[in-house]
Amino acid sequence: MINHDLVIIGAGPAGLAAALAAEKNGVKRILLLERDKYLGGILQQCIHNGFGLEYFREELTGPEYAHRFIEKIKKSQVKIKSETMVVNISQDKLVTAMNRSDGILQIQAKAIVLAMGCRERTREAILIPGTRPAGIFTAGSAQRYVNLEGFLPGKKVIILGSGDIGLIMARRMMLEGAEVKAVLEIMPYSSGLLRNQVQCLDDFGIPLRLQHTITRINGLKRVDSVVISRVDQSLQPIPGTEELIDCDTILFSVGLIPENELSTGMGIELDRITGGPIVNELRETVLKGVFACGNVLQVHDLVDYVTEEAEIAGKAVADYLKGMRVKREQVLNLLPGTNVAYIVPQQIAYEQVDRKRVKLFLRVRRPAEDVRIDLIAEGEKTILSYRRSIVTPGEMVTFFLPEAIIGEKTAYIKVSVEKNSREKEG
Amino acid sequence: MSRNIINKANIICIGCPKGCRIVVESENGTISQLSNYSCPRGKEYAREEFINPTRILPTTVRVSNGELPVVSVKTAAPIPKGLLLSSMNEIARIEVKAPVSIGQIIRKDLMGTGVDLIATTTVARK
Repeated sequence: MINHDLVIIGAGPAGLAAALAAEKNGVKRILLLERDKYLGGILQQCIHNGFGLEYFREELTGPEYAHRFIEKIKKSQVKIKSETMVVNISQDKLVTAMNRSDGILQIQAKAIVLAMGCRERTREAILIPGTRPAGIFTAGSAQRYVNLEGFLPGKKVIILGSGDIGLIMARRMMLEGAEVKAVLEIMPYSSGLLRNQVQCLDDFGIPLRLQHTITRINGLKRVDSVVISRVDQSLQPIPGTEELIDCDTILFSVGLIPENELSTGMGIELDRITGGPIVNELRETVLKGVFACGNVLQVHDLVDYVTEEAEIAGKAVADYLKGMRVKREQVLNLLPGTNVAYIVPQQIAYEQVDRKRVKLFLRVRRPAEDVRIDLIAEGEKTILSYRRSIVTPGEMVTFFLPEAIIGEKTAYIKVSVEKNSREKEG
Repeated sequence: MSRNIINKANIICIGCPKGCRIVVESENGTISQLSNYSCPRGKEYAREEFINPTRILPTTVRVSNGELPVVSVKTAAPIPKGLLLSSMNEIARIEVKAPVSIGQIIRKDLMGTGVDLIATTTVARK
């Protein structure tokens, strides 16, 4: 058995930043475990630009963003084992992993950072009827084929889902000479960044068909066509609106699922909405000394926020190992109210040491303009409001919880996003 | 007197999620009026986007004898939007020998734009 102070599972952007932040704050004997051959995770296949605008104040591609952290990791004392698969973590932080050279490894950690990322939902997850021919891919696997392995998965493409990966792949397939017939979106709005809607679809005249879905896949050996239908307000296909579209390839970009099998295996409770662990402001899960960050915690739209979150977790590990933090008598729960799908972190669990405020992230359920983010304490008392000109489910909303409010005697704070009334603000 | 060519274009601003549909009116290719924007940044974006829309082009280039068959590349600066597809045809003909390192110039002055095509990652020799 090997001993390490900190074991980090996953060397994508979250794992890399957590390792660097932990080391910077004095953590020694850090081990980073990665199942792929390369460091950097999914960034390596995200060859498009648009990364780093928040964190580095410059526009980078995915591999360039990853490179900045990989270079620092190489110069650090962090130990790396790649092509290593973690199969189990026990509640007392014994990590079981395996790889070709070591065989089975048992690693005892004092602290753990979960940074496993997420995986894509598939056709099976959304139950589309029809045959099961070749030519059906998730958008992310198509991205890997095109950008890392040098294959074009098809020539006539339909994309289901207008999240960012779907939009990015529409442009990528188009640039590589494929014809992208349409991007279909079941909702009345795209969940992708507006920048991507304009620069990936409009620039190339690719139609975005809102409130449409695939209702049948045809083809024996290879996809030869799909039937698409308009959907009603309850997202059910409307009979009589079917259209047959000729294609040889379908890309599914229908959502991401945080990859938490290791977390649930060690008894960590997940948030039903985020699909990630419930965490406090240090990104610590319900298990003491076990932290989570990046897409395993909540699916982010910007990697910049992943880095920020991982740095919080990395620093928290240092504090934890030094035994620096004192828990509050009572946990302060942050509850989603009107038009709020979720809030991360879900709890404030520690007494303040050096903070003046805690940054919170939320995602709304529906787009809305001219709104207030209301922080509501026990007794339906609104204690603070922020104004936003626009909120959409595709872009995470950030705001602050001041220390003065955390100190108030309330067991919870509910956060609601309400249409701004014309009345004067109090 | 010759007739003026009057044109009206809609430009979706990408500055924030609001996505203002800014209307650009022009006479003989010169902007005569900008409307429906809600901030100065939007106005400036629409002006630039009307006069000379540009984009960074990220793609891949074939690699021989490399650990991977392709290397990711980008134009070091934005190039005119109208040149994206013809640049792709040009880039499709390039093949580089491994090793390739991040930042390496793959093609100088791509399509006469004055902008270099550079590698955005490192590919080791096989």
